[in-house]
Amino acid sequence: MTLRPSVAIFDYGIGNLRSAQKALEFAGAEATLTNDKFILKESDGVVLPGVGAFGRCAEALIESDLFSLAASMAQEAASGGKPFLGICIGMQLLYNGSDESVGTSGLGVINEQIRSIKGDVKIPQMQWNKLNCDFTHPMFKGIEEDPWVYFVHGYSAPFTEESVASCDYGTDLNAAIASNNLWATQFHPEKSGKTGIAVLKNFLSILKSD
Amino acid sequence: MRTIRIIPCLDVDKGRVVKGINFVDLRDAGDPVELASAYNDQGADEIVFLDITASSDSRETLHEVVRRTAEEIFIPFTVGGGIRSVEDARQILRLGADKISLNTAAVIRPDLISDIAKEFGSQCVVVAIDSRRSDETPCGFEVFTHGGREATGLCLLEWVRQAVGEGAGEILLTSMDRDGTKNGFDIEMLKAVSQEVSVPLIASGGAGNSKDMVDGALLGKADALLAASIFHFGELTISEVKKELLKAGLTARGA
Repeated sequence: MTLRPSVAIFDYGIGNLRSAQKALEFAGAEATLTNDKFILKESDGVVLPGVGAFGRCAEALIESDLFSLAASMAQEAASGGKPFLGICIGMQLLYNGSDESVGTSGLGVINEQIRSIKGDVKIPQMQWNKLNCDFTHPMFKGIEEDPWVYFVHGYSAPFTEESVASCDYGTDLNAAIASNNLWATQFHPEKSGKTGIAVLKNFLSILKSD
Repeated sequence: MRTIRIIPCLDVDKGRVVKGINFVDLRDAGDPVELASAYNDQGADEIVFLDITASSDSRETLHEVVRRTAEEIFIPFTVGGGIRSVEDARQILRLGADKISLNTAAVIRPDLISDIAKEFGSQCVVVAIDSRRSDETPCGFEVFTHGGREATGLCLLEWVRQAVGEGAGEILLTSMDRDGTKNGFDIEMLKAVSQEVSVPLIASGGAGNSKDMVDGALLGKADALLAASIFHFGELTISEVKKELLKAGLTARGA
């Protein structure tokens, strides 16, 4: 029997993290919701989810004393350390800050600012949208040709060299980034049917269980 | 790009799917988890469960259904019916639901919307509204509660504005006049609400065929289209609806 890779999900008192846990388990992980630093550090990989507002998520990370751990783990992942997956606001938190919550600092791993979505579209984007993605990146390995994923967000990360996917919502929006073992998606892989499960499986495939 | 969502709605009573015609004459249409999973395979963009059982001793049955569903389907999934507190909402979300839907409880205590939105985010708060045409309100549509049994005197548009102000992330609007009739959505009602607020609008009540669905999105400006019995009894498939949406120049996932 092969051991299921262990994934620790930052449980920092925001929103609904259960669906992320269930989807990771379905994808083949031993997934734990935890605020225990030891468990987070000892897992094969970590997931930083996030829903609601940027400011509330950043504050909740500080209140649960996980802010600096999340920052250092994300930074290490970007330099080839333990894999780290940010989801939705968990992706946005990787940046310096957000126009949504001026004055609140993000983890600052990516030196950019989250901006509001512009254009003649409903805000937030709460819908399925088609991904234009870099099929050569491991995040999208084996994924179907026309991948549709589920988004819920009113703000968006600017495009940088880390971008590996985009979607068209009034303008082109940054839908996913990757820098070494630091992966993050603006969409919700845990809510994106088969495509989402495939992305999670791809994330699990870069974990080293020990 | 605006993508229209197709949402089968499962009315659940004592752990079984039922759907009434004009809110009475319930017919049994199967196991909710099996049905949800089948819809997931057929390309449903989202699933809604409405627990229509009034008695509180059936909560356990519903919880079991929600838990089992969350283990099998990985598309957004909303649960409504009988949620009266932040704690009720927390329980449902902990079992794996993504959104909760409030109806009567929100009309009685609008603060409930903001309490839940503050705790879990607006994206998981759907405010469901049952409404029908009426001379009693300035906008011509009146809000009803308690499964459509009680008139509130509330004007639909006023209530929609208030609900969104409190933090509702979506509006699920059911036309009681059309529900179960298969005569099409109440387009005027949809238009009135979609012009009033910017949050996504889910149309419900009356769709009998693909054209009705297209009209709901094209003329009513709804962002999502919900139906129950026409899907449950196989009168219409999700992919048929999506093909028609595409023909009408709209966008749908996987069509």
